[in-house]
Amino acid sequence: MMGSENQGFEEAQLYASREEMESLVLDDDDNNNNNNDNNSSSRSNGGANGDGSQHHHPLSSSLPFAEIPTTDDDDPLLSSPSTHKSPNAFNSFLEPPSYADAVFRSFDGDHGKQINGHGVVSTSSPSSSSDYLKISVTDPQKDQDLKNSLVPGGNTFVTYLITTWTNLPEFNGTEFSVRRRFKDVVTLSDRLSDSYRGFFIPLRPDKSVVESQVMQKQEFVEQRRMALEKYLRKLAAHPVIRRSEELRVFLQVQGKLPLMKTTDVASRMLDGAVKLPKQLFGESVVSAAVDPNEVSQPAKGGRDLLRIFKELRQSVTNDWGETKPPVVEEDKEFLEKKKKLQDFELELSNVSQQAESLVKAQQDIGETLGQLGLAFVKLTKFESEEAMFNSQKVRAADMKNVATSAVKASRLYRELNAQTVKHLDKLHEYLGVMLAVNNAYADRSNALLTVQTLLSELSNLNSRIEKLEAAASKIFGGDRSRVRKLEELKETMRVTDEAKNCAIREYERIKENNKNELNRLDKERHDDFFGMLKGFVVNQVSIL
Amino acid sequence: MITTQRSHTGGGGLQSPRSPSSQPPFLSVSVTDPAKMGNGVQAYISYKVITKTNFPDYQGPEKIVIRRYTDFVWLRDCLFKKYKGIFIPPLPEKSTVEKFRFSAEFIEMRRQALDSFVNRIALHHELQHSEDLRTFLQADEQTMERARSQDTGIFKRKPADLMQIFRDVQSKVSDVVLGKEKPVEETNPEYEKLKRYIFELEDHLAEAQKHAYRLVKRHRELGQSLSDFGKAIKLLGACEGDALGTAFSELGAKSEMLSIKLQREAHHLLMNFEEPLKDYVRAVQSIKGTIGERANAFRQQCELSETIKLKEIDLNKLRLTRSEKMLDAEHEYEELKADGEEATRRFETIVKLMNEEIIRFQDEKTQDMGLAFHEFAKGQARLANGIADAWRSLIPKLDALTLSSS
Repeated sequence: MMGSENQGFEEAQLYASREEMESLVLDDDDNNNNNNDNNSSSRSNGGANGDGSQHHHPLSSSLPFAEIPTTDDDDPLLSSPSTHKSPNAFNSFLEPPSYADAVFRSFDGDHGKQINGHGVVSTSSPSSSSDYLKISVTDPQKDQDLKNSLVPGGNTFVTYLITTWTNLPEFNGTEFSVRRRFKDVVTLSDRLSDSYRGFFIPLRPDKSVVESQVMQKQEFVEQRRMALEKYLRKLAAHPVIRRSEELRVFLQVQGKLPLMKTTDVASRMLDGAVKLPKQLFGESVVSAAVDPNEVSQPAKGGRDLLRIFKELRQSVTNDWGETKPPVVEEDKEFLEKKKKLQDFELELSNVSQQAESLVKAQQDIGETLGQLGLAFVKLTKFESEEAMFNSQKVRAADMKNVATSAVKASRLYRELNAQTVKHLDKLHEYLGVMLAVNNAYADRSNALLTVQTLLSELSNLNSRIEKLEAAASKIFGGDRSRVRKLEELKETMRVTDEAKNCAIREYERIKENNKNELNRLDKERHDDFFGMLKGFVVNQVSIL
Repeated sequence: MITTQRSHTGGGGLQSPRSPSSQPPFLSVSVTDPAKMGNGVQAYISYKVITKTNFPDYQGPEKIVIRRYTDFVWLRDCLFKKYKGIFIPPLPEKSTVEKFRFSAEFIEMRRQALDSFVNRIALHHELQHSEDLRTFLQADEQTMERARSQDTGIFKRKPADLMQIFRDVQSKVSDVVLGKEKPVEETNPEYEKLKRYIFELEDHLAEAQKHAYRLVKRHRELGQSLSDFGKAIKLLGACEGDALGTAFSELGAKSEMLSIKLQREAHHLLMNFEEPLKDYVRAVQSIKGTIGERANAFRQQCELSETIKLKEIDLNKLRLTRSEKMLDAEHEYEELKADGEEATRRFETIVKLMNEEIIRFQDEKTQDMGLAFHEFAKGQARLANGIADAWRSLIPKLDALTLSSS
């Protein structure tokens, strides 16, 4: 049953171009099988292996774009939504396994052990057709910012029409469009990085201030349009991010983008400068403590000056201090994986370079063949015109044949190259992914640093309290001010403790995100590269 | 010994009535076995020249001698001087880059070119009877060296030649002085057409040859790229491990294998396509030399006829005055007339020979280029098939690995 369809699938994909592969949608059977998996509560290897033959789409299930069927997914590890500002909270009441589900489904059984022990049952059944989220960016148009009427005629910008087709439940509707400008994309990207720390978030296109001045307007706009489309499609392909509220809002809400804008550094500095004196000399000691709510975010430059100072001090202590910090990166598996990925990144950039030279060499050879052909065409014309002897005519005919074949060969080489570029482009894409990975690692280390900082502070406060208590106990009745101070300190400590707990939770969350993302990356990369190699090879065969 | 009648029929059909063998006469030569001789600055390459023949003047059925590049140059210069009007086969150039002089590739290219040089001479119905050729093919090394040092350069010219050079310069100067700047040229329209053809042909051929050489280089570059790419992909595969890693290393290995194919094809392309084109260019340049000789001969003839006319006027004057110089002048006049006839004869021989040669040349070139094109097409097809096959063989392996991994 599945086998024959498998074959058909595979063959179709063998000769289909990349584009066709992208738009292939998994069929019903796949989903039904996945349902079966969901309903079985055993996540053991045995169970998975038993089902191995059923969801065995080596190429199809590995389609890298948006086609992994998911039930409601979400950050599956978020058990306590209360302290988080993150909009993920809306999904947290459903049973978690969805994301883990998606991972499991694409895997073979032996990767099952990496899924945490959450229950498998999904409360909502997936839609009868598989889920898709297709985005296209078109129709750039000039627009004007009317607010800033100080500069007459100034402040024009370009908006793009972003059209979405989807059947995901959280979107109201199946097809809709909005107009967005590049600034909105920047906002979206920033909000995503805040909310999804630890995830491998695809990188948004560059702001490229210089290029926008230097390039021709049309060319630049077209380049940007393509880059935006690629970016949004990558977001839609990420199993967690595609369900995010930020993305939904971006794609669907008409008019002004209701996401909080990223404040630029200058205004943040101002805020921070205002807060700092209050923090240092403020009425209550309590306000010097870190606001627990803010702990889940990385320290923003400018605004949280005090916090930045403290964390900086901590990181210095970490590096140069004699004692080990209270919590360290212990996950050996993670460290191993990190090293492996570093090696991988190195080799990848090497291969990418060589691929570039290969493409160039192919291009050169095609060009030279063409030139040779042309030279012979000229010779042929010359000989035929001036022919005084029969032998010349014969020679001219020979030459003409050679010339035409050379020119033809040159064209073939050009085509070969165009295809090769498409295939080997995967390598470059993965270089970009590595950057995202590095960002995720940075999230993790930042969170860890926050935890460490808070822990140090806690121990600090503790020792101060002890000292005060010791001093106070000596004096009968106690100093009123000292008692008050003690109370304040205790209060601070409580707040800080709360903050610490938040920070630890956040750190753990990020760790988990990292782990899942790494698994997902492995699998995707695996399949992507197979596809790439195959595509490259088949391409060479068919053209040559 | 056996004397033969030399009849100059086309195609080397020499039949001696008293020759014991009924075999048609043949002369086949090959240039092989380049070997480095000497040390340091004086080092040079020597070649073995093997002659197989049944020509009566030649020793034995086979003779082997050792020759070096300058010997070939000597032979060419001799032939050029003595067989004016015939397109002397071209020689490979002297190498200008010191480093390159002893590279295997250069030596092979040169050997090939020298081999075709001698063979073309041996197969030419006129040139094959040259005494200088016989010396070249048969003499021992000392004799060869003597001959070589005797006839080198313009410094060892016979007195008559020196006089000729004087006269050329003289007439040139007088031309300029008298305001006759343009050198005397033929006004034969067909010949003009031929000259134009030759000159334009050289340009076209040079361009084609340039691109052919570039193509060779591109093949080499692609080969190098494939090799580097293969290595890098193998390293990447090592990072991945298991099925994907194997896939990568298979691809890398194939890539490296193809790199070797490409290098081989580049060499083949160089030897069998680019070199023939270069040879074609050289041949055209040699023709230009012959054109120059014809122009010289024509000019000499014209000048002599001028001089004769003047002399005749002088002589008649002297006859009238019955001077005692008359006898001498008559003597000179007769001499001049003989020279003039000689010059005319020489010029006409050149013209006749050139007309024959151009036909021979076109035929030869059509053949040569036909072969070169054939090799080119064959080589490219072989390469493309090789590449396609190699990649094709990889597909089932990749499929198997993909299946096994998921």
